[in-house]
Amino acid sequence: MITKSAAELGRLMASGELTSEELTRACLAQIDALNPALNVFLAYDAEHALEQARAIDARRAAGEELGPLAGVPVGVKDNFCTTDFPTTCSSRMLEGWVPPYDATVVERLRNAGLIIIGKTNLDEFAMGSSTETSAFGTTRNPWDTGRVPGGSGGGSAAAVAAFMVPLAVGSDTGGSIRQPGALTGTVGVKATYGGSSRYGMVAMASSLDQPGPCARTAEDAALLQEVISGHDPRDSASLDLPVADLVGASQATDLAGMKVGIVTEFRGDGYEQGVLDRFHEAVELLREAGAEIVEVSCPHFTYALPAYYLIQPAELSSNLARFDGMRYGLREGDDGTRSAEQVMNLTREKGFGREGKRRIIIGTYALSAGYYDAYYGSAQKVRSLIQADFAKAFEQVDVLISPTTPTTAFKVGERTQDPMSMYLADLCTIPSNMAGNASGSFPSGLSEGLPTGLQVMAPPAEDARIYRVGGVLERALEAKWGGPLWREMSQPEGSKVVL
Amino acid sequence: MTETVDYDDLLTRYEPALGLETHVELNTNTKMFCGCPNEFGGEPNTHVCPVCLGLPGSLPVINGKAVESAIRIGLALNCEIAEWCRMARKNYFYPDMTKNFQTSQYDEPIAFDGWVDVEVDGETYRVEIERAHMEEDAGKATHVGGAGRIQGAEYSLIDYNRAGVPLIEIVTQPILGAGEKAPQVARAYVAHLRDLLKSLGVSDVRMEQGSLRCDANVSIAPIGAGKLGTRTETKNVNSLRSIERAIRYEMSRQAAVLDAGGAVVQETRHFHEADGTTSSGRPKSDAEDYRYFAEPDLMPIAPSREWVEELRATLPEPPAVHRRRLQGDWGFSDIDFSGIVNAGALTLVEETVAAGATPTAARKWWVSDLARRANEGGIDLDELGITPAQVAAVQALVDEGKINDKLARQVIDGVLAGEGEPAEVVDKRGLAVVSDEGALGAAVDDAIAANPDIAERIRGGKVQAAGALIGQVMKAMRGQADAGKVRELILEKLA
Repeated sequence: MITKSAAELGRLMASGELTSEELTRACLAQIDALNPALNVFLAYDAEHALEQARAIDARRAAGEELGPLAGVPVGVKDNFCTTDFPTTCSSRMLEGWVPPYDATVVERLRNAGLIIIGKTNLDEFAMGSSTETSAFGTTRNPWDTGRVPGGSGGGSAAAVAAFMVPLAVGSDTGGSIRQPGALTGTVGVKATYGGSSRYGMVAMASSLDQPGPCARTAEDAALLQEVISGHDPRDSASLDLPVADLVGASQATDLAGMKVGIVTEFRGDGYEQGVLDRFHEAVELLREAGAEIVEVSCPHFTYALPAYYLIQPAELSSNLARFDGMRYGLREGDDGTRSAEQVMNLTREKGFGREGKRRIIIGTYALSAGYYDAYYGSAQKVRSLIQADFAKAFEQVDVLISPTTPTTAFKVGERTQDPMSMYLADLCTIPSNMAGNASGSFPSGLSEGLPTGLQVMAPPAEDARIYRVGGVLERALEAKWGGPLWREMSQPEGSKVVL
Repeated sequence: MTETVDYDDLLTRYEPALGLETHVELNTNTKMFCGCPNEFGGEPNTHVCPVCLGLPGSLPVINGKAVESAIRIGLALNCEIAEWCRMARKNYFYPDMTKNFQTSQYDEPIAFDGWVDVEVDGETYRVEIERAHMEEDAGKATHVGGAGRIQGAEYSLIDYNRAGVPLIEIVTQPILGAGEKAPQVARAYVAHLRDLLKSLGVSDVRMEQGSLRCDANVSIAPIGAGKLGTRTETKNVNSLRSIERAIRYEMSRQAAVLDAGGAVVQETRHFHEADGTTSSGRPKSDAEDYRYFAEPDLMPIAPSREWVEELRATLPEPPAVHRRRLQGDWGFSDIDFSGIVNAGALTLVEETVAAGATPTAARKWWVSDLARRANEGGIDLDELGITPAQVAAVQALVDEGKINDKLARQVIDGVLAGEGEPAEVVDKRGLAVVSDEGALGAAVDDAIAANPDIAERIRGGKVQAAGALIGQVMKAMRGQADAGKVRELILEKLA
């Protein structure tokens, strides 16, 4: 049951063949079985989940008209505020902190009847590409528990990949939904900036952060994105647009009339051969489905990574300033002998991990008088150039594509001592955040037994195009493989999945 | 004791430059970035929500009414209104800041390049406005123990009700060339701002409640030096009178430092109401680094030119025009009118007239009796504790013959002592004029009997001698006799 898609599970519940309580119990059993080894959920609460499930079952039994995902369990990345679970951002700083309010995304999940089963692990405050900066341990990739699931949203991606839940919510600042999607063989979409509300999602870099869905199929991701999208007056960046028919787009049968651009800059040196092979095979399938394929150069994408590593730490250094031990969360050294400033210092010293401190220092430096123009100012100019590259490209093509990541999942510990190699994991995903457009990652196959991903990038508010390409690719690949990619996965010990 | 130099003496050698930074709390219904009520007071930490508490995940949404007020203020200060501007983050750590950055404006203020004309002793001074920008207030910290500062405090209490209250900061260009009048120009400028903001209806402008707060930058330089001296910034000078005093004091103190061959330290200073001195705060360098950057959580503000013109049409008449009109309506001479302006009583007189008093009566109370009381108490007129409506009510009692001017002063004593409205004070203190002929007749008889020689002169036709007897009667009746009636009775009895 737990390998079925959310769409199908929703249909089974609607027709009375399945109850949310049964489904939730099955998901909980898988979580119980795998969480000790995979460290996916930081918090989950069986009784609370079953209560929610029974309430949905009762409403359905009373004849209430419910949405297509009502009763489906969902994992929520632990940087979204929830009133019924602590929201830690995987940081000592917020250990045990239970917010007094729900994030808009969480509110919308509840309103749509989804069962919030627990909170998933991430890199501390979403700063990382592997979950290794989490203060509460690394999440393991279900494809190979010696490897990382990607990050920062490794928990949400692994939760879906390991069949703990059919759906999870993530947040993407430089690739934190898409890169883990690629590394775990799942679907992850970063909505258009402003498409889904950031209210209640703990900020890393405000101008780049965006929520989005994690799922095993394009249609499931579309269903979830429709639930969490739409205008929210509490987020000033929220777009006041109707939510597009993403589910319909994900069910497209061909790509006739669609022009697809391959980003010239995202191939070549530093890309694993298997990743490139799978990418080119996928391109052929898109061509067979009717797409016209062209090469498009986006020359400034090369500078996206360095510019991102100025803008993101700069905003982050300011966003994380509020964690000072004065009002909530960790407070260190308040023994009556120390000044407020000393307590702030000790709290921040203890509360933040190494990567957090590194980025706070970089960001503080980049914003300093005398350095601002050279660093933050220049990075903003690069950002404009990247936006211009996209704008120009989208005059020629409907979507751009690239490998989602240069390599497959790396080993736990392999990159922790070398921040640059870690940062390179987001090389291909960062430009979409810099431009605020929509971007998604879809499974494209395996390289040496590990999943690879194909990234589809669309202009702002054209998220539907991503789902169209993703849905068509998914069906073409499944036809070629004779089933979904996850059938190639050797299930971790204790998994309830029976193939 | 800090050395100071005699004010007149220093002016022979130094010239001052001032810069005023005024913070105005807007009276919008809600805070700058959230829906919490924007109200003064309230139980601590009750007007708060995730946004103004800066809780993780919360996001600001700008208050459109605050933007509107900012534009109207900018227009009233003859400023340009930006076609496009952004909010910015001013980053610094302090426990009264919920986010450890203040959402403010930096290099893109909503209003800039304005001016106002203020009048001192009949002379007009133009104060150039550099900018007026929007920002949010911080919480209010109360440091317990120590010297009431965060350093050395035993503990600190923080009330975040004020966090996120919308503020407009109005910054002047350096005010040069005012010489000895500099402190008065500063005072007149703030008084002008206060009246202007009040007429715009955008703020309560209650200096004692902090809804109008002024920081005074003061420097002096040898006459003809051709450049400005090192400045100090005296923070939160919270009355008109204090502004004048603080600036005078700083000029005198800085002169003493320079005379002794020393250098003025660039720093913030605290003003002490009690003795009119300032003391050293924290060092403040020009290079203080707040790491400003454009607030990514708020969209740029681009007020359309149509909207700006609509708002311009809502402005009250300019102060100079307004003053001319009032002077004409009231029929005052230039001297009488500037007496009102110089006493900082224009709005009070205007409101007293609006409450029913004649301009002459309103002027009389505010410029003489009440101004003297304010002066003695070392406070501003509007801090006295009597409202224009109450002054008008006192005058109405006089006009009705219920009290006379002398009793009226006692009624004012009562109002200031918190004994209630004027009519209540009259009742409680038993201050009404006695015009009952029986009671007055007895007192008149006593006075005639006690002063046979005066009585004789009156009988002999010296009517003006009646004044002495009236005085006796008034004294006997503790001032509460109807003087006209008494006179009538005396002349009647001695006819």
